[in-house]
Amino acid sequence: MTKRWWIVPILLLAMATLGRPGAADAQMLMNGAGATFPYPIYSKWFEEYIKIDPEVRFNYQSIGSGGGIRQITERTVDFGASDGPMTDEQLKKAPAELFHIPTVMGAVVATYNLPGNPQLAFTGEVLADIFLGKITKWNDLRIKALNPSATLPDQTIVVVHRSDGSGTTYIWVDYLCKISPEWEKEVGRGTSVKWPVGLGGKGNEGVAGQVKNAPGSLGYVELAYAITNKLPAARIKNPAGKLVEPTIESTTAAAAGAVKNMPDDFRVSLTNAPGADAYPIASFTWLLVYKDQPNESKGKALVKFLWWAIHDGQRHPAALLYAPLPAPVVKQIEAKIKQITFSGKPLLAAQ
Amino acid sequence: MSPAGRRLVSTSVSALTCGAAVLVVCPLLLISGFLLYQGVSAINVDFFLHLPKPVGEVGGGVANAIVGSLIMIGLAVLIGLPVGILGGVYLAESRDRRLPWVLRFVADVMNGVPSIVFGIFAYTVVVLPMRRFSALAGGFALGLILIPIVLRTSEEMVRLVPSALREAGLGLGLPEWKVSLRIVIPAARAGIITGVMVAVARIAGETAPLLFTALGNRFWHQGLDQPIAALPLQIYAYAIAPYDDWHRQAWAGALVLITLVFLASLAARLATRGRIVAR
Amino acid sequence: MAADSLAGVGTADDLALPPRAVGRSRRGVGDRVYRGLILASVWLVLALAGGLLLALGWESWAAIRTFGLRFLITSHWDPVAGEFGALPFIYGTLVSSLLALLIAVPLSLGAAIFLAELAPSWVRPPVAFLIEMLAAVPSVVYGLWGIFVLVPWLRDWVQPALARTLGFLPLFQGPPYGIGMLAAGLILAIMIVPYITSVSREVLLAVPGSQREAALGLGATRWETTRIAVLRYGRSGLIGAILLGLGRALGETMAVTMVIGNRPEVALSLFAPGYTMASVLANEFTEATSDLYVSALVEIGLLLLVVTVAVNGLARLLVWSVGGPARGGRA
Repeated sequence: MTKRWWIVPILLLAMATLGRPGAADAQMLMNGAGATFPYPIYSKWFEEYIKIDPEVRFNYQSIGSGGGIRQITERTVDFGASDGPMTDEQLKKAPAELFHIPTVMGAVVATYNLPGNPQLAFTGEVLADIFLGKITKWNDLRIKALNPSATLPDQTIVVVHRSDGSGTTYIWVDYLCKISPEWEKEVGRGTSVKWPVGLGGKGNEGVAGQVKNAPGSLGYVELAYAITNKLPAARIKNPAGKLVEPTIESTTAAAAGAVKNMPDDFRVSLTNAPGADAYPIASFTWLLVYKDQPNESKGKALVKFLWWAIHDGQRHPAALLYAPLPAPVVKQIEAKIKQITFSGKPLLAAQ
Repeated sequence: MSPAGRRLVSTSVSALTCGAAVLVVCPLLLISGFLLYQGVSAINVDFFLHLPKPVGEVGGGVANAIVGSLIMIGLAVLIGLPVGILGGVYLAESRDRRLPWVLRFVADVMNGVPSIVFGIFAYTVVVLPMRRFSALAGGFALGLILIPIVLRTSEEMVRLVPSALREAGLGLGLPEWKVSLRIVIPAARAGIITGVMVAVARIAGETAPLLFTALGNRFWHQGLDQPIAALPLQIYAYAIAPYDDWHRQAWAGALVLITLVFLASLAARLATRGRIVAR
Repeated sequence: MAADSLAGVGTADDLALPPRAVGRSRRGVGDRVYRGLILASVWLVLALAGGLLLALGWESWAAIRTFGLRFLITSHWDPVAGEFGALPFIYGTLVSSLLALLIAVPLSLGAAIFLAELAPSWVRPPVAFLIEMLAAVPSVVYGLWGIFVLVPWLRDWVQPALARTLGFLPLFQGPPYGIGMLAAGLILAIMIVPYITSVSREVLLAVPGSQREAALGLGATRWETTRIAVLRYGRSGLIGAILLGLGRALGETMAVTMVIGNRPEVALSLFAPGYTMASVLANEFTEATSDLYVSALVEIGLLLLVVTVAVNGLARLLVWSVGGPARGGRA
């Protein structure tokens, strides 16, 4: 046996390249990477889509929106995903024109870990000051004023933010910039910012994990992450003055204003949206795909999936507390998907 | 100090150092204990045979991660073994002055490089040109870690082969390459395999270099030029996530990983027992 | 023994001896190919190492040119504004590693002395074996254990206790996150202990018996023998072992990333979260979106490489000075 030991690694490699358990014929593998924000719904979609088109597998790695932007720019993946829209500068750096295709809408919530799990309410100003390090204790008078009936301990607020490049961060700081001029000046907006205070967690998962494990922490995560981990989601005061809970309805309401004036490239911010019932920290999330696809069969599979995602796929988001796309937006996206080409020819046959 | 006093000091120090040794061994027992306690509940047939489930759903397994790890280790061995053995033979047999010294120095330096730096290198020279994350990139990064280990242990093992064997072969009229390949290397075979197993135990647990090369895959791999799952990567992803079911699977995965690594190390040690000649 | 070594060699037929065995030139085609392959392997290894250095240098050139030495002493890490100062990472790496050394060195040296000098001989093999197994535990497993066992323990027991007793020191101030520099230092200590212990043990074993016999002959107790004859003689080797441990700690990635808190800031307190060079690479490399950002990160990688190589090189020299070279392949 030891005489021909090299047979073993060669055999393993042969198995690896030729045979795969469970599949008779080759499936095409589409690789995507990016935002952790929509990861729950994307992983559900990609699992469901296997039934629709068994020939394709979508492998999605949630490495953060920053990673999604970087990897699609370098073309190491077939599609990217981000909830912070790419800046003009980033788009210019890409080797070819990139489309932002909205897929769902979600809400970024303030989640926390306090004994007794009280339902808290915040204003944007209070949140900005907490994240600036100006409010340090849970029983600060300003928090108490918003939550008169809650028992707030005399404990330091453990702020948790993202340590990786994140669209969720972008949505959060975009909101804080609109609320607090001091935040806009001191920190600014981006997928990765210089946080005045706090611990860093990797991915929405990391932040949720941190908040869950450490009493007294306050972090921001996408709604699905709070709910599936039985973490509370705070109510936030919107520009209309109402304390709104993050739900599918309030997220959809946030998009109402933007829908009327949707830009052609879909790069729009929904934070601090007008509307009596709008939740102020909502956002679209986008898939980043090249207008001109480098590979025909992959391009075809991609547009087929995108078409499914914005139509039949929209049945699934609600169960995971994402808001489905508004109908007028879907029409606009249809037109955009039809513009995706391979060698100049549109990939989507008339459907 | 009186003789009795000095003896007391000596005994106390013995006790202290014994205590130090106990403390040193404690973490191993603690960690293994925790792994067993937490991980055993998640270990079932599903865990070994199934693919991961979507976020939030309970169940699923790490089958693709285990296979992925094995594949990349196989790649690393394929890349690193011939280079390492030949380099080791060179170091053991060459009578040059400078080149062997340089090679030995470089190998020792490579041994100390943090594995994440190899990951950056593999990203730059494999992932970017290939325009994708792949098992090949991961295997390459692991191979870089494996080469210096195999090189130095091969050198040591070949040195141990009695020169009488070489001389006998040469004296019978065999060309040099036959002497090396058919006599010397087979004689050192057991030791070389040991070195390889030590290296495999080391790379099996490496996570950092795979972060930028293999990327990870929730499905079965589709070829060596595609992203691929790996056990340490999966453990990392599950550990920092908030889902309890994933945590359980992380513990189970860690248990499996540590068992594999221990078995490889153990096999390596058992193989060398009684074969090393005193210098 | 000879039979053992010949075990895999085979019979004369396998070797295909040439019909005439005397007086032929041995530089045949086979030999040339063989030598070619060997040299190719040697040069391949050298090329890989050189390529590593080149690739890192090339990628980091933009950052080096833009920031120069400022990179090492400013602590402003701002991807949005394009300002990159690596001081927090350098600080975090140094502090966590030094803390780890502080905890690990007394324990490792004690254990090594125990194993090499003072333990009864039936105890030595199993304990040495256990310690070597500790070195085989993967980093991510340490991290996993760290998050779920060590950090809660620190947060709920150790840090409050330290704050109560030593809280007047700036080292132990701040809220008890659990996660932070202290956790990182502790985990690193556990990880480097097996390395320092096994190399120290080998250094001590390499000290000639004559030294011990001389001391014993003069009436020294066991400890005195160890102290006077062995430790003094092996001093440089022991320092080398400690440096090897330091080298490992400096480059350790996964376990530290999982417990250090990922906060790029220089803070005095051990309770505060921090960041190390290896951790920032692990977290931010795949997503650095601008060229300067990538370049800054690669420069950190280059720094890490240079520092670990220097420390390891020095360590090896010191260890060889006691036991002699050619101790390759392991630590």
